[in-house]
Amino acid sequence: MSEAKLKIKNLFKIFGSRGKSFISAVEQGMSKQELLDKHSHVLGLNNINLDIPEQRIQVIMGLSGSGKSTLIRHINRLIEPTSGEIYVDNENVLKMSQSELREFRRKKTSMVFQKFALLPHKTVSQNVAYGLTIQGVAEGEAKERSHKWIDSVGLAGFEERFPAQLSGGMQQRVGLARALATDAPILLMDEAFSALDPLIRTDMQNILLELQKELHKTIVFITHDLDEALRIGDNIAILRDGKVIQKGDPQDIIMNPADDYITDFIKDINRSKVIEVRSIMQKGTTKGSSLISSCSLEDALKKLNNEKDKQCNVVNEEGKKIGKVTLDAAINALLREKSVKRSEKYK
Amino acid sequence: MDFLTEFPSLGKRDLRDLKKGIDGSFREWSRTYGDGIEAFFDPLYFFLVWLEKLLIATPWPLILIILAGLAYLGSRSWKLAAGSVISFLLIGYFGMWKDMMATISLISVATLICIAVGIPIGILMSRYDRVQSAVTPILDLMQTIPIFVYLLPVVMLLGIGRVPGLIAVCVYALPPIIRLTNLGIRLVDKEILEAADAFGSSYRQKLFEVQLPLALPNIFAGVNQTIMMALAMVVIASMIGVKGLGMPVLQAVQNQYLTLGLMNGLAIVALAIIFDRVSQRYGQRLQAHRFGKEHE
Repeated sequence: MSEAKLKIKNLFKIFGSRGKSFISAVEQGMSKQELLDKHSHVLGLNNINLDIPEQRIQVIMGLSGSGKSTLIRHINRLIEPTSGEIYVDNENVLKMSQSELREFRRKKTSMVFQKFALLPHKTVSQNVAYGLTIQGVAEGEAKERSHKWIDSVGLAGFEERFPAQLSGGMQQRVGLARALATDAPILLMDEAFSALDPLIRTDMQNILLELQKELHKTIVFITHDLDEALRIGDNIAILRDGKVIQKGDPQDIIMNPADDYITDFIKDINRSKVIEVRSIMQKGTTKGSSLISSCSLEDALKKLNNEKDKQCNVVNEEGKKIGKVTLDAAINALLREKSVKRSEKYK
Repeated sequence: MDFLTEFPSLGKRDLRDLKKGIDGSFREWSRTYGDGIEAFFDPLYFFLVWLEKLLIATPWPLILIILAGLAYLGSRSWKLAAGSVISFLLIGYFGMWKDMMATISLISVATLICIAVGIPIGILMSRYDRVQSAVTPILDLMQTIPIFVYLLPVVMLLGIGRVPGLIAVCVYALPPIIRLTNLGIRLVDKEILEAADAFGSSYRQKLFEVQLPLALPNIFAGVNQTIMMALAMVVIASMIGVKGLGMPVLQAVQNQYLTLGLMNGLAIVALAIIFDRVSQRYGQRLQAHRFGKEHE
């Protein structure tokens, strides 16, 4: 795996005038509620440590109020942390001067917002070129470069419209094109598709995944939607009350949820579609036919059942055998863990 | 018991001495520096006179054409342009052309000064909360203090004439544009500002590319209010010797000339309506992009 592009170390954010003075108390286990009740300070982020690999999509998931939007705004310092370190390409973002920070925001990161945040008085073309004009790129060149991105998100022909003349989905395409136009290696997406209706959301996810195949950006994607997280994420980190409670491969989170909160979180997903055979692979080989490691259980079950010994080989993308999978294991994986009693939840 | 019914006040003599003392020192101050201050406002005086002369010297048909053109450009409405021309024709026909030109020149200069002074102050207020809390009470004062109270020192300092009249008008007409500039910038959507920051805008880029354009409808409402308040001051300004439509109204009040007062008063109203409608329509067109006409 490639080296971490983005490193977040011991990041705390406590909202309130005397945030710094409560860090040690929080470190020693003061809860969010206690901090609020006793000191009227709000715990935003609690000791976040996260390495985000280059050219991958890192999903940060959590319910509202879990601190995910606060976290993403720390990466380009739209919010100043109370303490901690953030490294991008081994450079500490928090040590940057105002002008260095501006340069960093222009060249290294770009952002897509939940409510689009387009400039209503500028046309689609001017909106997409916005990041470039801020950098001082000449108008003609900016226009030319932005048109390429307008085409790639499927908005050709709408260049001279104003945002208010477009539907929500189209507006977010403008937002995406605007973020891509600066060629920044890091793309921050703050609940970018949450405001869209389900069909259009799937559309936008497809566009993003298609583009990512060519662009290989380091994407930090915030969402509260588990299906979206599983669909898009190469890695997922789950946040609750400002703390990362589990991070890793999506398969790993489904197969081994860290606590009851996450178990509850994943209980409604369609396991046969989400779980891949690599997650239930065993050592050894068998005589039967082969399944690719990223094959979903749904597709695997039929093939497994057709085999005489109910077993298949698992192969990687190059076709090399890396293990085997059995029908029993597949069926077991489909079973949900016993659901937790309501009263014990989140304790 | 006396203590409870009589309010403990400064003695009559002390009070008189205090007032006399302040009056005397202000008078002295204005005698010493009056000339210098007058000289400072000279360019304003020359500009005002020049504009008035220009408007009066311009052939009236040309003025009407320019008027119709401006009204149409501002409002994109032929009706409004035609209405403006008809009002001007009537005002001129009833012998108030010169006075009207004098009033228009005063209003224009006052509005220009208010824009030039007011918008930067409004921008500063929106940027720094401290400036806002310092300037707001001053604006309250400017809007509520009886006009004659500040007319007096202005007259003592600069005598009577156009410039003191202009200053009095500006003091009264300045607050709305400052307030609405400040408000307009503060009302700009936080998410859009966040986006501007996220793409690395400098303060200047954010101000000129995002904040001011989005605040423009509000700023323009401020300009509209400033014009209206300047017009409302025309009669009072005539008390300190400003020529224009206000002067005959003042004469009418003093001599009970009913018709004279009515005609000039209505002329001021007509001017006000024209300026108001044209500038309002223009302000509305500035935010046309907000209403997606073609999107359903």
